Amino acid sequence: MSENMDVRTLQIDGHELSARAGQTILEVALENDINIPTLCHLEGLSDVGACRLCLVEIKGSNKLVPACVATVHEGMEVTTNSERLQKHRRTIIELLFAERNHICAVCVSNGHCELQAMAQELGLTHISLPYRNPALTFDASHERFTADHNRCILCTRCVRVCAEIEGAHVWDVMGRGIDSIVITDLHDDWGKSSCTRCGKCVQVCPTGALFDKSKVGSDHPKYPDFLPYLNLMREAR
Amino acid sequence: MSKLKVATVWLDGCSGCHMSFLDMDERLLQLAELIDVVYSPIVDAKEFPDEVDIALVEGAVASEDDEKKIRKVRAHSKMLIAMGDCAITGNVPSMRNPIGPEAILDRAYIENADLQKQIPCVVVPRLLKVVRPIHEFVAVDVFLPGCPPSADTFHTALTALVAGAPLDIPALTRFGA
Repeated sequence: MSENMDVRTLQIDGHELSARAGQTILEVALENDINIPTLCHLEGLSDVGACRLCLVEIKGSNKLVPACVATVHEGMEVTTNSERLQKHRRTIIELLFAERNHICAVCVSNGHCELQAMAQELGLTHISLPYRNPALTFDASHERFTADHNRCILCTRCVRVCAEIEGAHVWDVMGRGIDSIVITDLHDDWGKSSCTRCGKCVQVCPTGALFDKSKVGSDHPKYPDFLPYLNLMREAR
Repeated sequence: MSKLKVATVWLDGCSGCHMSFLDMDERLLQLAELIDVVYSPIVDAKEFPDEVDIALVEGAVASEDDEKKIRKVRAHSKMLIAMGDCAITGNVPSMRNPIGPEAILDRAYIENADLQKQIPCVVVPRLLKVVRPIHEFVAVDVFLPGCPPSADTFHTALTALVAGAPLDIPALTRFGA
């Protein structure tokens, strides 16, 4: 049996859908115009289930599963937008805002930020959790880019794009849990690291954590849509 | 119908929210048919009135005085609206939180001063260790984010609140808007 014949049928939010074996719930949802919120997923990169926003319910299980890293099964019944899930998603966004120092008004990504947009989409008008106000650094040692850890949500898109697409693997994560930060090389200054200066990490960063020094004010839209095209062109070669 | 008594309060913010409120321009005249501004940085009253229908509060709670004020406002207001990002998130004033008030005062009044190096301690209220949003001190009924919320946001929100009509705030504004 060819791979294309290996079909799974499932339900997402009551819609009868068919999918190829091995596809993730998120892929199938996106193909069928069903919106599942995500921050760490990006078309063209591998999925790691870091942000937990894409958690969905599967009938017959008490566990919530991240749609970006759960594959489809025959007869699966998926719910993507229950009240319980919406509550969890709002809490996740509140935790992200409370965890570091996100000051939208003075951020280069104000108006172009995926975190900010997600808060609005989920109907958040304030953060009910107490802010942690951690003392975090930023790294402006690079001649073209700056990393501001105050604005990082640890989605690891920068880590993945650098390793998987650029092939340099300059970025990685250091530390554990709430103390984790993204680092260049072995926690060297970005400007002195083995960075190839391609700027892909800046373009895929969903917030103002990685930004181009030439951008001022909040005039810094990002263009991560180059990724699928780049992958397509490489596959065609 | 008697007019609703409205107060506006200015805590640790830049007054930009008040400016944006005034940017409602001629629409303020229509609003004035429905509300009386009984206390505000832009009117003469010195004491917060005993009974206010709607209080709009700009700014975060950054000093002992701010804390005293917000508790008084809450006690005497039927509806409290957190106006703008400083009141809601701490925003720019809260950027001192990871550094602490001592370091900030030291930099401003000792390190960068040529003459009379001294930290002000009379008349001005003592700073709190941490700048916090107002809802961490008192119950807030409506959150109107933005830096500042636009005049249109103010007009739509106030018109709805005065009339008791439904209000979809995330459709109007967001953090940093």
